[in-house]
Amino acid sequence: MSVPANETVLAVSGLGKTYAQPVLGDVTLELRGGEVLALTGENGAGKSTLSKLISGLEIPTTGRMLYRGQPYAPGSRAEAERLGVRMVMQELNLLPTLTVAENLFLDNLPSRLGWISQKRLRQLASAAMAQVGLDAIDPDTPVGELGIGHQQMVEIARNLIGDCHVLIFDEPTAMLTAREVELLFTQIERLRQRGVAIVYISHRLEELQQVAQRIAVLRDGKLVCAEPIQRYGSEQLVNLMVGRELGEHIDLGQRSIGAPLLKVDKLCRGDKVREVSFEVRAGEIFGISGLIGAGRTELLRLIYGADRADSGQVALGQPPVPVTIDSPKAAVKAGIALITEDRKGEGLLLSQSISANIALGNLGAVSRAGVLDADAERELAERQIGAMRIRSASPAQAVGELSGGNQQKVVIGRWLERDCQVLLFDEPTRGIDVGAKFDIYGLLAELARQGKALVVVSSDLRELMLICDRIAVLSAGRLIDTFDRDHWTQDQLLAAAFAGYQKRDALLHDAAPRMDA
Amino acid sequence: MKITTNTSDAAPVRRSGTYFGLGTYLGLAGALLAMIVLFSSLSSHFLSYATFSTLANQIPDLMVLAVGMTFVLIIGGIDLSVGSVLALAASAVSVAILGWGWGVLPAALLGMAVAALAGTVTGSITVAWRIPSFIVSLGVLEMARGLAYQFTDSRTAYIGDAFAWFSNPIAFGISPAFIIAVLVIVLAQLVLTRTVFGRYLIGIGTNEEAVRLAGIDPRPYKILVFALMGVLAGLAALFQISRLEAADPNAGSGMELQVIAAVVIGGTSLMGGRGSVISTFFGVLIISVLAAGLAQIGASEPTKRIITGAVIVIAVVLDTYRSRRANRRN
Repeated sequence: MSVPANETVLAVSGLGKTYAQPVLGDVTLELRGGEVLALTGENGAGKSTLSKLISGLEIPTTGRMLYRGQPYAPGSRAEAERLGVRMVMQELNLLPTLTVAENLFLDNLPSRLGWISQKRLRQLASAAMAQVGLDAIDPDTPVGELGIGHQQMVEIARNLIGDCHVLIFDEPTAMLTAREVELLFTQIERLRQRGVAIVYISHRLEELQQVAQRIAVLRDGKLVCAEPIQRYGSEQLVNLMVGRELGEHIDLGQRSIGAPLLKVDKLCRGDKVREVSFEVRAGEIFGISGLIGAGRTELLRLIYGADRADSGQVALGQPPVPVTIDSPKAAVKAGIALITEDRKGEGLLLSQSISANIALGNLGAVSRAGVLDADAERELAERQIGAMRIRSASPAQAVGELSGGNQQKVVIGRWLERDCQVLLFDEPTRGIDVGAKFDIYGLLAELARQGKALVVVSSDLRELMLICDRIAVLSAGRLIDTFDRDHWTQDQLLAAAFAGYQKRDALLHDAAPRMDA
Repeated sequence: MKITTNTSDAAPVRRSGTYFGLGTYLGLAGALLAMIVLFSSLSSHFLSYATFSTLANQIPDLMVLAVGMTFVLIIGGIDLSVGSVLALAASAVSVAILGWGWGVLPAALLGMAVAALAGTVTGSITVAWRIPSFIVSLGVLEMARGLAYQFTDSRTAYIGDAFAWFSNPIAFGISPAFIIAVLVIVLAQLVLTRTVFGRYLIGIGTNEEAVRLAGIDPRPYKILVFALMGVLAGLAALFQISRLEAADPNAGSGMELQVIAAVVIGGTSLMGGRGSVISTFFGVLIISVLAAGLAQIGASEPTKRIITGAVIVIAVVLDTYRSRRANRRN
């Protein structure tokens, strides 16, 4: 079943995918047997989309694929797997209450008249586990009792049952300890020697250099290069990922920046947020950049009291005085607002009207002695609909029927009505069309002009560079550096974002893997 | 009911999913009317003053329990203990009057306080440990029933006619209990649609995390809803005592299912976030008229149960169908 080393197993040409907008365009790439191809790029560059197209989870909009010399157009993941193209997803797809053996053969349990033949199952499982060098694990162990690293090995073993010629790993080390990463790399090397074509997706450059022979970099959905990895040093790789000029410019008007209004001192929570300190001044837009999982959302939630901090202090006001914020209620009372990343899950009552959503959190203002004043509530909604330019049929329309941009405006409108001094924005323009994005930028600038302190988290570096006065970069839970406008370059910002992951030191993986799920 | 419809004709807008408008009420009223017409054609005695008077005097306890349950379902909870808590309150009243020689009013207040306490316990445990209220109230159901047996030595305690004025008709065959129950319904509907408290309940049932992140602590409101459920169970206990002239430790056994059925037939969502007390009232009427009508035409007990069960299932299927359609629009 093995393919001679370095022969092309899968060739994609002109592959593209368009959802509302093109996310991947014209990618031409070869996967070779016995080779590990590192696939990397910024957040949203198209890494996941490309791997989903290859493994049958999504159907490409354009382009063709050739698999072992035959045209290849998988209609589903099952079809791709049957042909030997498999993917180990970021989220493990295992049932923790079932045993290792049962998980491995869930789709094809050896049975007789519906009765599972335990002996045969155990034999098959032992053989499959031996393939990934884990014969030491008893196949009767419930998966939930294994560490995350071993669970991942089980997932890999499952993907190796039957034919496997192409194996894609999507950020496999995100949850692993250093020792488990070594184990994983050993297994990847074994698979490579068996002639499997491996795609390894990660933004940890150190790892890529260790495990891969060739590197493919995606940028804005386009393939920038696919070259042997030895040709590049870490810095050159970062340049490859970014490598573009800032094209846009907007005039956000004049603002004057005053004295510090929010002071965050050594805020900690587990290994997600580690001793983060910074100050935001009145009238300032303070950006927070970093890769997914760097702890940005977690940091905002700590400041807002949505999660409890292990240690650290938040101070507010002019001059900032320490305040105890142990709940969102306390945060709001102190004058802090959080506009969450997950609008639908955490921000809005989707089935409720626009006016109910805007009034939520402001009901004191539109009621007397606990009784709502329907007219005042409608007035409030109409005021924000006008001010925020929310496109809707009436204040009674359900928020779930609005577009993403208008939904976001409803959430922001709710907070504007409260007149908070500090506003925390988590990915304020995610899933919003370009026009609405610029509306929101203008609004942020307006709020800053009013002397509020704004903290904006975004995965879009260009967006932050466009609107922020300063940008702090988080990496692996730490605040690496803070950059002033006119003193930053995209390269510096990105290098800082990768900084925490470059040396796989004790800091990153000293904590034992936790089974939170 | 102009309570929630006063802006409905303003614009050709599809209404938000929680909307209980004229259409919903007309549908429920239509179903009720159809049942009345059906039973009238099957039995000449059905459409009579006697039936009406009997019904009006039998349903006040179901009405007030259903009001409380509507609130509980709206916040996404459920309370299975209401029947037992009713019995517990009744037995507390009997002990106060027969054992301690208390007057009617203090005894009544004690009964309601005991029931409120039971509800508060359910709510507090549910909130503090984030346990499904289904399980907590199942435990409280057993405990309350056990306490009721303990207080009364497992015997029906004859109290006499001290509470009788509650259920004696004063005009047109209507008793004070029925009037109180109607007032409770009107007040509860106003609370639900017109107050900050009511708005929070709907918010909590729709998306509790969004409410929390909007800077509102949902926990006290949730506890309050269960406490309110307890108070109303206590009120229902007084209605029962007045009708039976006795406190029965077996009272309200299995009543929780009848209450939940009435609320769900009215269209309040078991998933939380959507409900109306007026609709619940229709649900109570539908389930009561069904029971009375089936009795009138001489249906056997098994037949009654089969038909009642079928009506509940059909109502829930219709409700699911309706909310799916609403979701698809979003």
